[in-house]
Amino acid sequence: MKNILTIGDRQFRSYFNGPVAYIVISIILLMLGFFFWHTFFLYGLASNREMFVWLGRILVFWLPPLTMGLLAEEKRTGTIELLITMPVTEAQVIVGKFVGVLALYVVLLLLTLPYPLSVSTLGNLDWGPVWGGYLGLLLQGSAILAIGLMASSWTSNQLIALFVALTLSGFFWVLDKMLALLPTSAASALQWLAFDYHFQNMARGVIDLRDVLFFVSVTVFALAVAFRALESRRWS
Amino acid sequence: MSDVMIDARDLTKNYGTVAALKDASFQVNRGEVVGFLGPNGAGKTTTMKILTCFIAPSEGTAQVGGADIFEDPIAVREVIGYLPENTPLYTEMLVLEYLEFVGKMRGLRGAGLQARLRRVVEETSLGEVIGKSIGELSKGFRQRVGLAQALIHEPPVLILDEPMSGLDPNQASEIRELIREIGRERTIILSTHNLAEVQVTCGRVMIISQGRIVADDTPEELLARAGKQRFIATLKQNGHGAAEIREAFGVIGDAQSVKEQEGSVPGELLVEIVPKGNQDLRAEIFQAAVSAKLVLLGLEQRGENLEDIFRQLTTSDAGARS
Repeated sequence: MKNILTIGDRQFRSYFNGPVAYIVISIILLMLGFFFWHTFFLYGLASNREMFVWLGRILVFWLPPLTMGLLAEEKRTGTIELLITMPVTEAQVIVGKFVGVLALYVVLLLLTLPYPLSVSTLGNLDWGPVWGGYLGLLLQGSAILAIGLMASSWTSNQLIALFVALTLSGFFWVLDKMLALLPTSAASALQWLAFDYHFQNMARGVIDLRDVLFFVSVTVFALAVAFRALESRRWS
Repeated sequence: MSDVMIDARDLTKNYGTVAALKDASFQVNRGEVVGFLGPNGAGKTTTMKILTCFIAPSEGTAQVGGADIFEDPIAVREVIGYLPENTPLYTEMLVLEYLEFVGKMRGLRGAGLQARLRRVVEETSLGEVIGKSIGELSKGFRQRVGLAQALIHEPPVLILDEPMSGLDPNQASEIRELIREIGRERTIILSTHNLAEVQVTCGRVMIISQGRIVADDTPEELLARAGKQRFIATLKQNGHGAAEIREAFGVIGDAQSVKEQEGSVPGELLVEIVPKGNQDLRAEIFQAAVSAKLVLLGLEQRGENLEDIFRQLTTSDAGARS
């Protein structure tokens, strides 16, 4: 546990030593500001719902830049060798890395708190859907980050890791947008795999255990694959 | 714990169909400083990666500090301080921040961590750069940070992969001095291409070639084993033919062979005379030159050095397995 936190802490701090985290967080907040406020006053409603809708979309494409280097860069520079030859297990390395980027993501979510707060000063805000929305963002974000970490474990090239992660998370996001083209049986199965399908439930303030379990399963699965990829190096 | 700190048995590593290491067995005792010597791709780095449990051998096993690399890799890693090739470090971190991170990973906390930090910073003379980011440091300082991170938990075993490559002569000699200092109380394996370095730093040399250990001895023993004396005489070229010269020096009873050497400067002639045993033939060569009326410009005595032995063992097929 201590090792996991030490690795996570180092990862978290190192984000603030480089430009990537600042750039990504700025872009996410700017895009959110634009999309949120340019329609907000048209509805005349004290609702924060649009923030979650937009943030859910933006994050699908802007979280992978945060994970692309997690393992790929360590493999390229060789620092992975020093990390692994310390008294740690591969699982601790993977979970530690994940904790580090998740902490950064939580900081990002905290930076969006001014939105519901300012909306609540404009009218009577229902906080239930707000907490549901944040839980949804946290869970969907975890899944995207874990997928990004998995992609990063497959290569020593950050760009490849980025494109693989974008493709995968983009695929799971777009899945339920193309269902009209498919027969209903296939459609309902595919819909169940779509990130947005589960996320939209939560953004409405409906916390269904099945949606929670879906994102947790995706996260655990992706982390397990990353663990196998890291471990396979020993036997290659 | 016995005195055998590293016990490698029949280590073999195959990458696909290429064998990087074949049946390497060796033991290293407490307090020994062992130099791995070999051309690129000989298997030095592979051996080190196996001992640090970064990769697993295809066959064979090893124990470090009594723990088996398969059964208890964490215990093995606890005993080892490791500096991989090219000193990979987190360049965006500050030196102190980085060493603190490594200390925590090594289970150090609080006052104990601070004490160890002070000690390694002093040992590796990192005081003046402690607040700088690693990316800004010169190669020599980076190397010291690499050594500092390997030393922070006072490991009984140090594994250093080419700790002096890429350093300028001054930096290299500082690091060499440091390693010698550290090596007083620890078991060290280091790899290098530089033969002079091994002669200075290591009490024992293992020469690895094409995945096999072809020699394992003290530098002195290796030298003595292959060390054959030769004498190089420089003569003034007064139109002497090869036959004439052979005849002139052929009178020396203890000479095994006399032959002209290549690479002479115009107007000069180099002749190599190899004795039958280990006799000193300088006086006889001088006498022979005088009586044949040859003008002797210079006379040099040459022993074989580690470099020659290294070349012999790592290039000829006959050198395999000794």
